[in-house]
Amino acid sequence: MNKTLYGKLVFELSKPGRVGYSLPNDANPAHTTSELPPHLRRAAAPRLPECDELTVVRHYTNLSHNNFGVNDGFYPLGSCTMKYNPVIDEEIAANKTIAGMHPLQPVETCQGALAIYYDLQRMLAELTGMAEVTLNPCAGAHGELTGLMVIRRHHEAQGQTSRTKMLIPDSAHGTNPASAAVCGLEVVEVRSLPDGTVDVGHLRQLLDDLGPQVAGMMMTNPNTLGIFEPRITDIADMVHAAGGLMYYDGANLNALLGECRPGDMGFDVCHINLHKTFATPHGGGGPGSGPVGVRLGLEACLPKPRVRACKLPESDDLFFQVDDLADDSTLGSIGAFFGNYGVMLKAFAYMLTLGADNIKHVGPLATLNANYVKQRLCDDYLLPIAGLCKHECVFDGLRDKSTGVTTLDIAKRLLDYGYHAPTIYFPLLFHEALMIEPTESESRETLDAFIDIMHRIAEEARQDPQLVKTAPHTTPIGRVDDVLAAKHPILTYWQALKA
Amino acid sequence: MEPFKYFPHTADDLQAMLHTVGAASLADLFADVPEGVRLSDGYADFPEAWTDSDLRRFFDSIDTSWDTRRLVCFAGAGCYDHYSPAVAQNIVARSEFLTSYTPYQAEISQGTLHYIFEYQSMIAELTGLDISNASMYDGATATAEAVMMAWNNAKRPRSVCVSATVDPRMRRVVDTYAHYHGIDVTTLPATAEGTTDRAALDAALAQGGVAGLVVQQPNYYGIVEDFTGLADALHAQKGLFIINANPSDLGILRTPAEWGADIAVGEGQSLGIPMTFGGPGVGFMACTDKLMRKLPGRIVGQTLDSRGQRCFVLTLQAREQHIRRQKATSNICSNQSLMALYATVYLALMGPSGLRQVGELSYAMAHTLADRLVATGHFRLSYPTQPFFNEFCVDFSGDIDALRSYCAERGYLAGVKVNSATIMFCATEQRTPQEVDELVDIINDYIKEKEAKA
Repeated sequence: MNKTLYGKLVFELSKPGRVGYSLPNDANPAHTTSELPPHLRRAAAPRLPECDELTVVRHYTNLSHNNFGVNDGFYPLGSCTMKYNPVIDEEIAANKTIAGMHPLQPVETCQGALAIYYDLQRMLAELTGMAEVTLNPCAGAHGELTGLMVIRRHHEAQGQTSRTKMLIPDSAHGTNPASAAVCGLEVVEVRSLPDGTVDVGHLRQLLDDLGPQVAGMMMTNPNTLGIFEPRITDIADMVHAAGGLMYYDGANLNALLGECRPGDMGFDVCHINLHKTFATPHGGGGPGSGPVGVRLGLEACLPKPRVRACKLPESDDLFFQVDDLADDSTLGSIGAFFGNYGVMLKAFAYMLTLGADNIKHVGPLATLNANYVKQRLCDDYLLPIAGLCKHECVFDGLRDKSTGVTTLDIAKRLLDYGYHAPTIYFPLLFHEALMIEPTESESRETLDAFIDIMHRIAEEARQDPQLVKTAPHTTPIGRVDDVLAAKHPILTYWQALKA
Repeated sequence: MEPFKYFPHTADDLQAMLHTVGAASLADLFADVPEGVRLSDGYADFPEAWTDSDLRRFFDSIDTSWDTRRLVCFAGAGCYDHYSPAVAQNIVARSEFLTSYTPYQAEISQGTLHYIFEYQSMIAELTGLDISNASMYDGATATAEAVMMAWNNAKRPRSVCVSATVDPRMRRVVDTYAHYHGIDVTTLPATAEGTTDRAALDAALAQGGVAGLVVQQPNYYGIVEDFTGLADALHAQKGLFIINANPSDLGILRTPAEWGADIAVGEGQSLGIPMTFGGPGVGFMACTDKLMRKLPGRIVGQTLDSRGQRCFVLTLQAREQHIRRQKATSNICSNQSLMALYATVYLALMGPSGLRQVGELSYAMAHTLADRLVATGHFRLSYPTQPFFNEFCVDFSGDIDALRSYCAERGYLAGVKVNSATIMFCATEQRTPQEVDELVDIINDYIKEKEAKA
């Protein structure tokens, strides 16, 4: 990463008369848009930049030098599973045939594309222990919403329209309650025990109180503290006995690859983040993909379109069809077409590259890495919950609180040393949460180097706290004024010109 | 454990690390997982590993061995075959952008934050509205989010109106979100001319409590609708006017802001993003300043750093799920960042003149195709009195599925089927006069073969 800020906006590079494209030039068109009535046309041309091609190439290349990705260095961002994004997957997803395919082509011209889609559904069903999977959702939160719609659709179909309360542990990701609210469900918070796991006694009481209003329960397992919920099967039994369904938030699925499956733990519906567990790049915030799996009996609720396989007569070959019809069972549709197909190709390539023999080691290696970091940092950093963690570990800031150095300061100081920061101030159960997820991609040497730096920062906090409190020092910009940004919002270049 | 290229752990590493954590084996790390839910020996039904060469072989031959073909595309309906610049494809492949996360750590994420700010500026400029968010999943979900925004903005909402001239694939997503969110959607029928039914809107408005109206420009049938008076009618009862627009056409067409819209949404795939079987694209959403704190999704703002440098940061986060949880404006917690970068680089290359030329060429090619189809004597414009941009509907008396299959076998995607009697064709600047000739020839061949058989 370049330590100097590049800083220019593309609008500031613009000069009237420059172009960055080559398009056919129809000198004598039979039709022009001047045929459209004037009031259907815009009054003035849009103020887009006017740049030659090299200017654009340099501009965005320079911008990229002020950015940090997994390929640049260690990215221990908790709950985000920043594993290596294999290069071959990018090559595969750039396939020119598929890039030029329209989603409404006749099915006989896209059998290969549909076969991949179908196979990916089957592979994800096997890995999660679910019966059927939809690949339509575009992101994790989109998957959550879709999964909750499945639950609501199921209750509706049973005539149980009063089931509108969703139980969610207080340690849950913020998307869980937000998705429930968008889905028209009322959130009921379940308390955690001091060890970070679900308070089963409180859950029992809530289930008794709410009775036939319970739609279900959303859980992450391992939970957001990286701890496996030991009473998961009891919890599932209790929720099922109350008539609710169990929803699995797949954000932390990476820990369990090879060890156990949501379906076997008693979950009825789950989402999977292809951009976490299956190594598709996060792209600075998307595109992701958030498939949803359901147990047998719920598959008719899944959104359309669905891709189905049927046996061709007199052969073993499959023919793939698109079921895009509204029917009485489906929850409806949650996107225009099939979902983020290009992302699916990357996950497909990743899964096949691992194969049965390697995919089962993902969870154990990720878990080993997290426990290794946890064990080696608990001298300087406060470990609020002892015992085994899974794929990530959570500290509550420095052990020595007398220095005044906060989790934010530590995060910012890590940037100086060439690391991305861990997730900070989440989960909300601790004031100074620092959540580290190393993933199975990282070597012992990388972890050792990171651990050394974490120790060095702890030492700096003791010796020279001001150095840490004013970090970062070597990044392209210093700490940003968030308050100014929110108080006087400047959200476009045009607003900036006026400000 | 055999060595594997994505696992750096050697046998020595494993032993040393297990020793450090006080476990005898990897299995010990899962001692807290109840026996009954553990997989004893991996997955029963999962494929064996493929090498890179296996993957390449499969994908290199996907067109021949798997009946998967790239057709000459004369279809649209929400997914368009526009020119995708090599520069845009190259920039989005840069690993600094590709392999980064949501830009939480502004000090090492200026690249992402900076291009999102440019993206927001360009979307605001194209739509004519004040502000834009950092992008959304797709055009359909952006439309659904706009409907929720209108509903939540109203004091005593009774319904949100959606014109039946809006793409049915978008409408069914709106209907799905609305159903679960508890929003009543009133679908306004289309007129015989394929436009929004003003009388039906007036009837709905007379009932009161219309929180918003969604229309599309150009509409699903390709028609450039006249929205004169709609904004005033909506605003008279404090409803929000929502236009779903195709941003590629906004180099030429009247902007949502000029029509008086409060919110503009749409699918940005037409801004240089390859079709890729329908995704990923990018949803956009822009609105007036007044609605700023109700806007869902990520937003990037300009600010200063501790050294006094202009820089960019995620802002107005008090709207968002990680702060507000169930009280957030939406559950969306990501955007389609990389696809927003695609659109940004595309627009930076195109500029006002390029975008205009794309529009002119698409318009000219589509109108030429319409003329040629009508001249065959077998097609009739479905809405002959209405202006269209680069997509249009024709009535066809034959079997539309059979015609499309016939053309597909010969390498052409002959529009999409709107209903049993109507096909919708589309042309972009990517289509050549020769391709128009060839498509018309193939269609003529089909009709001749049919007539010969009959």
